[in-house]
Amino acid sequence: MSEQKIKIRVPFINEETEHFWNATGEGKLLVKQCADCNEYHYYPRTICPFCMSDNTEWKESPGTGTVYTYSIMRRVPVPYCIAYVTLDEGITMMTNIIDVDLETIKIGMKVKVSFVDTGADCALPFFTAA
Amino acid sequence: MSIRGKAYIAGIYEFPGRKAADKSLAQLHGEFAKGALEDAGLTYADVDAYYCAGDAPGLGGLAMAEYMGLKLQHIDSTETGGSSYVAHIGHAAAAIAAGKCNVALVTLAGKPKSQRPGTPRGGIEHDAPEYGFEMICGPRVVNMYAMAAMRHMHEYGTTSEQLAWIKVAASHHAQHNEHALMRDVVTVDDVLSSPMISDPLHRLDCCVITDGGGALVIVSPEIAKTLDRQCVKVLGHGEAPKHLDGGRVDLTYTGAAWSGPKAFEEAGVTHSDIKYMSIYDSFTITVLETLEDLGFCEKGQGGKFVADGNLISGVGKIPFNTDGGGLCSNHPANRGGMTKVLEAVRQLRNEAHPKVQVDCDIALAHGTGGSIGTRMGSATVILGREDS
Ligand SMILES: [Zn+2]
Repeated sequence: MSEQKIKIRVPFINEETEHFWNATGEGKLLVKQCADCNEYHYYPRTICPFCMSDNTEWKESPGTGTVYTYSIMRRVPVPYCIAYVTLDEGITMMTNIIDVDLETIKIGMKVKVSFVDTGADCALPFFTAA
Repeated sequence: MSIRGKAYIAGIYEFPGRKAADKSLAQLHGEFAKGALEDAGLTYADVDAYYCAGDAPGLGGLAMAEYMGLKLQHIDSTETGGSSYVAHIGHAAAAIAAGKCNVALVTLAGKPKSQRPGTPRGGIEHDAPEYGFEMICGPRVVNMYAMAAMRHMHEYGTTSEQLAWIKVAASHHAQHNEHALMRDVVTVDDVLSSPMISDPLHRLDCCVITDGGGALVIVSPEIAKTLDRQCVKVLGHGEAPKHLDGGRVDLTYTGAAWSGPKAFEEAGVTHSDIKYMSIYDSFTITVLETLEDLGFCEKGQGGKFVADGNLISGVGKIPFNTDGGGLCSNHPANRGGMTKVLEAVRQLRNEAHPKVQVDCDIALAHGTGGSIGTRMGSATVILGREDS
């Protein structure tokens, strides 16, 4: 769990995403994989956006990947790093890079998931240096 | 079927102010509509089609039709953010070509600078499927575009100096526009020494925030013939959304890669035929990626293309945003597509400021809505002089 001072926003959860967020509360990052075309996708949906199959399955991700791109928001009380991280499964997700010196973040940097507790039975899937 | 030559832009209006605290939102739409109709020599009573986007109040077209007393036979409230009004031209031209209507009105208005506190926000943001996954990350308009710029720099070696040239060019044009919010000519150093907002975008890489808006009137060839005003011919249109594609994210290109070729094909023109271009400029990176995607230069060569004043009227090869664009003049309601079309029409009517006017028979206007960091609407139109 993160120690860094960051703004914690409790996610908006709906019927389709409840399972994902419940898993974050247990420290698990779930992604969806299609059992028909084998493609992973993100954010998770019931129907595969690549082949329209409804045979999609939750898979636990090891939560490792690389920084695809990032930006450090400077003109706010607490600067933070928003990023897209490409998971080793090949899908890219919007996230934050936390618990690192913001000035050392680079595209291509290896990162791993680091959950930030929201106090609401779910956690934010952010990333830190691997 | 093609829309080439099937419709004409007969009237335009741009609100000259940059604050509109003393007017209601519906009033702004209505006044801009009146301005564009009077420019064409028409009235509310001539309008039989109305186009608006998410900035229109209430149920959009229904609320505004009632407010203006319009009797309509065609209505379209396509919402693709700031690109909507460029897309509306294509939709209106298609409807006119199909015989559904003859006089189409398009309006844009907003007052982000002077909205009354407590005004409810439009839309159903929380139900957007991506909302829960993105809002937790602190996405702001600027850091989304910044992530696209960061990746473009990484892949192609684009520099902050090259991006700055886009602001410099816009400022050279804005100095001649008496209505522009920022009229000071800036240098590359000015841009680079302005505060870093979200790496790598500085304050001067960003557009202005303004109240206001504008309107357009699009008519059939038969109506155009009866008007005294010089009309502008719609030659071609293309539009395409681009999104995160299930996690196959690539922020180095925009939907212009799809909308541009469609517009060029329909217009039957090539890049060397374009004498003036209005390119959506929410941020400098928006312009750079769009120019590459429209094919004005090779992918990745946008930095070289925009550098050294190449976009400045009378200096470079092809001028852009000769009104000062969103970067310096006007970005009403945070939606810049309307003003892109308006300056292209001025160039084609020979009504741009004399210091920035070019000998222009064919022009291009491009809109980008939403965010190039996530999902965007892209729309391109190619317009010609009445006799083109
Ligand atoms: Zn599939």
